[in-house]
Amino acid sequence: MTETNASLLDRAAQAAARSTPEPVARRVRGLSDKGVAWLFIAPTIVLLLAINIFPLIWAIRLSFTNYRANRPNAEVVNVGLDNYRRILTDSDIWFAMQTTAHFVFWTIVLQTLIGFTLAWLIDRKFRGHAFWTTIILVPMMLSPAVVGNFWRFLYEPQIGLFAYVVSFFSGIPPTDIQMLSSVRLAPWAIVIVDTWMWTPYVMLICLAGLRSIPDYIYEAAEVDRASNWRQFWSITLPMALPFIMLAVLFRGIENFKMFDMVNLLTGGGPGSTTEVASITLKREAFEKWRTGFSSAFAIILFVAVFGLANIYVKALNRVKSR
Amino acid sequence: MSAAAHSVVEPTPASKRIAGAIIILYAVVSMVPLFWIIATSFKTPPDSIAYPPKLVFTPSIEGYCNLFTTRTRQTAEYIASLPPPENFCDEVTRKRNMVIAGPSNFLPRFVNSLIIAFGSTFCAVFLGTLAAYGFSRFKVPLADDLLFFILSTRMMPPIAVAIPIYLMYRELGLSDTALGMILLYTAVNVSLAVWLLKGFIDEIPREYEEAAMIDGYTRLQAFRKVVLPQATTGIAATAIFCLIFAWNEYAFAALLTSGTAQTAPPFIPTIIGEGGQDWPAVAAGTTIFLVPILVFTILLRKQLLRGITFGAVRK
Amino acid sequence: MKSISKCTLGLASALLASTAIAGSAQAEDLTLCWAAWDPANALVELSKDFTAQTGIGMKFEFVPWTNYADRFLNELNSKGKLCDLIIGDSQWIGGSAENGHYVKLNDFFDKEGIKMSDFVDATVVGYSEWPKNTPNYWSLPAFGDVVGWTYRKDWFEKPEIQAAFKEKYGRDLAVPATFAELKDIAEFFQGREVDGKKVYGASIYTERGSEGVTMGVMDVLYSYGFKYENPDKPYDMEGYVNSEKSVKGLEFYKALYDCCTPPGASNSYMGEGIDAFKSGQVALHMNFAFTWPGLQKDEMVGGDKVGFFANPAGPDGEKFAQLGGQGISVVSYSDKQDAALQYIKWFAQPEVQKKWWSLGGFSCLKAVVEDPSFPASQPYAKTFLDSMAIVKDFWAEPSYASLLQASQKRFHDYVVAGQGTAKEALDGLVKDWTEIFEDDGKM
Repeated sequence: MTETNASLLDRAAQAAARSTPEPVARRVRGLSDKGVAWLFIAPTIVLLLAINIFPLIWAIRLSFTNYRANRPNAEVVNVGLDNYRRILTDSDIWFAMQTTAHFVFWTIVLQTLIGFTLAWLIDRKFRGHAFWTTIILVPMMLSPAVVGNFWRFLYEPQIGLFAYVVSFFSGIPPTDIQMLSSVRLAPWAIVIVDTWMWTPYVMLICLAGLRSIPDYIYEAAEVDRASNWRQFWSITLPMALPFIMLAVLFRGIENFKMFDMVNLLTGGGPGSTTEVASITLKREAFEKWRTGFSSAFAIILFVAVFGLANIYVKALNRVKSR
Repeated sequence: MSAAAHSVVEPTPASKRIAGAIIILYAVVSMVPLFWIIATSFKTPPDSIAYPPKLVFTPSIEGYCNLFTTRTRQTAEYIASLPPPENFCDEVTRKRNMVIAGPSNFLPRFVNSLIIAFGSTFCAVFLGTLAAYGFSRFKVPLADDLLFFILSTRMMPPIAVAIPIYLMYRELGLSDTALGMILLYTAVNVSLAVWLLKGFIDEIPREYEEAAMIDGYTRLQAFRKVVLPQATTGIAATAIFCLIFAWNEYAFAALLTSGTAQTAPPFIPTIIGEGGQDWPAVAAGTTIFLVPILVFTILLRKQLLRGITFGAVRK
Repeated sequence: MKSISKCTLGLASALLASTAIAGSAQAEDLTLCWAAWDPANALVELSKDFTAQTGIGMKFEFVPWTNYADRFLNELNSKGKLCDLIIGDSQWIGGSAENGHYVKLNDFFDKEGIKMSDFVDATVVGYSEWPKNTPNYWSLPAFGDVVGWTYRKDWFEKPEIQAAFKEKYGRDLAVPATFAELKDIAEFFQGREVDGKKVYGASIYTERGSEGVTMGVMDVLYSYGFKYENPDKPYDMEGYVNSEKSVKGLEFYKALYDCCTPPGASNSYMGEGIDAFKSGQVALHMNFAFTWPGLQKDEMVGGDKVGFFANPAGPDGEKFAQLGGQGISVVSYSDKQDAALQYIKWFAQPEVQKKWWSLGGFSCLKAVVEDPSFPASQPYAKTFLDSMAIVKDFWAEPSYASLLQASQKRFHDYVVAGQGTAKEALDGLVKDWTEIFEDDGKM
């Protein structure tokens, strides 16, 4: 293992040195460029190999065994693809994947709609827009775990502020607004908190998109007497689309991995209504301690998100190049 | 009137006013939960669970007292036999038929958060700057693939990463140590740092350093005296991102630390009173925990905005 | 203005005090890990005597029940050195013994003359032995606990309520003798105005994350005739776990949840139960006995207002209660095992155990609980003894965590989320448990 790493790094450094213009390399005193390249890149590579790559390989290895981290003395048996087969045929896991998909879908829809609208409004550059933009950004800076935990209090059916406000406007008695207890409402409870936290992020990326549209295009549209409506549909939206798609990609990946906020808000309940994939994985890995099984699940999740993201990036590039 | 007056290039005053009103309304509504956290931290426990929720209340620091102490319930006779209370916290605790038994674990957990978040941010930015410079200035074979792979490690669900790390740390004795957490957060952040900083350093013209080297600087000197000062904004933006991640991180901390090196995020949700959660104390802990991030957001908003949009646009 | 400066002063002094104490922690200090609850605070008080006698300081790491198993099993599995002493839950004993997390205490007990026969038999089997019913001891019974009920005695005694109850059910309002009666009472109180406040029937366990809903459901299931396995054939569960009687019991628990719990009580365990009872929301309250001393002392609902009773009987007159409670063990990864053993030796002394009871700790020492004055020593003492006489415990197998996760899911999905039928839930549970035992090579 170490030997291959070393030779890989060596080759990297040599190539780096080769690519640097000869005269410069000869003229510098002290460390050669090769040495500098070594010195600069190696620590990061070593750290990533140790903390990211090596564990990943270990996890792949474990995913073919029945290893349990809480049974150090038990015999470890190779089970081949058994873990993968069990996961792909496990109805609970499919249910968790559906729950995740539902969560990802609705958070993206809401965040994109609201985020884009906000960005479009901020782009009017009214007085004080910079200040209010900063204020809007605050929720996304907060810890999803710590703030998610507090939302449990806001969602309390009687004493919670959320139920009180909703009942104030809707007339439904606050004891009936059981955001976290009701099978129907709980999936929306997590969508609301995520939307509250992350709409600002989508807004910001959309804003960058809107600002990247050069003024002369609009000026040309004015000359053609295109209506505002036309301008929006034929200039603003298409030109901002790559940015919107990027925001969707980032939020999609993040919410596919979602653990902290949901874990503290509902813990997957009631029943298994809000049990997203990461919560199932945590239960398998750190409560049931089925390490081999959960490693296989982890690999499947990784491949899924990696694959989906790659397909999406290809689509994105097509949109960009249009 | 021609359509020109309504152009996006120069919106009308009326449309600006409407846009402004909607944005301000949204901003205010989205601040309500945060406001409620701070308000709850200054309520007494009975006020915090009153129905209807109390908007007007007499502020109290009982929540903060409860956050920093542990208390035991005692009989009224026992409390009457004690010497007069030493401070305000003593006094409010005794009013509830309890006495302070000792300090809570909040402070050490908060200190852990500081050490781990700042330590890992420093390491990630340090390593990231070096590597970004390396990737930017030297032709590293497979650089693009390597960079993409580095970044893709962030796509793994944290729980998935935690499984092998847990086993590795157990073997190495790094479980529940600040060193282990700093290494882990550094590794997670360094991928983002390299990638963000490479963009910033790419923007600095090579000619500057080459000129400096012709003047007799070594490459290291040129890096330190020419490149670093130019990259300050980028480094600051990157540092904020790393810090926010490390400060807010929950999943790794909950799974890989249990006490000695536990940070505040997994601790705050476990602050309970005699029954369930002691909401004023939880709110107090949350408030204290959020203050550093709020200060950073406001002080460094420009770099932050640049970092987010820049990061997005490059990807 | 004055109050603000007072507040700042208070805050500053709290900060200062905590740094000062945190800073004075010494290398020789022992760390004891347990759940964050009333008895733990009592143990802090009690342990001050230990420090005074030996000069060994005590530090504590208390975690709420909902995170307790999660956190400390993780800690033990990672071979952590955080805890020198741990008061671990009864069901952990199998795994902790087989995987070497705990120090075996037989030699130590022999050397120090500590006899397990001095402790209540059910607690020795429940908290200390692995394999069960063999003289292999991994802990000293520290805290006896069992599920029982508290009720609002003052409401039960109101003449207008008594009259209304009699009119509706044709019998006097009294402590229920069967679960069916208990449900009548809960239904009767649900939504009723008492002292000008809307109240609810019962607070029961519904928590999903750790063990809550299982601990609650099991009380009913045992009394309805549920068995874990074929008495003649270990691990044979078909027809025992999912017997017709078990199905009836699970249906009863769901009916009780649906009809008679306060709004939003879908994730409620010990802490939420205490809050519901203390805030005067409920007439009946299922909880472990540890809550009783605190409720008895409570200014709002304590004293004459609270009464206690053991689990009522099922349809066939059978009565069982879910065992709680823990033993204290020495963690094998600790560097301070000698000092930790010293603590156990000190804790086992009869006079310390007596003080433990008086501070609100449920001692397991026979000398304490079999003392003739015991039943009258506290209003809840007799209920405690009655309940301890009918205990059953969940699986204590090394796979306990997986077994528990399975029942948590099946029960919560059915009881709270209303998915499927009771029969399906229990059939599914047999399937899950069989799979776990097969993976373990036990079947």
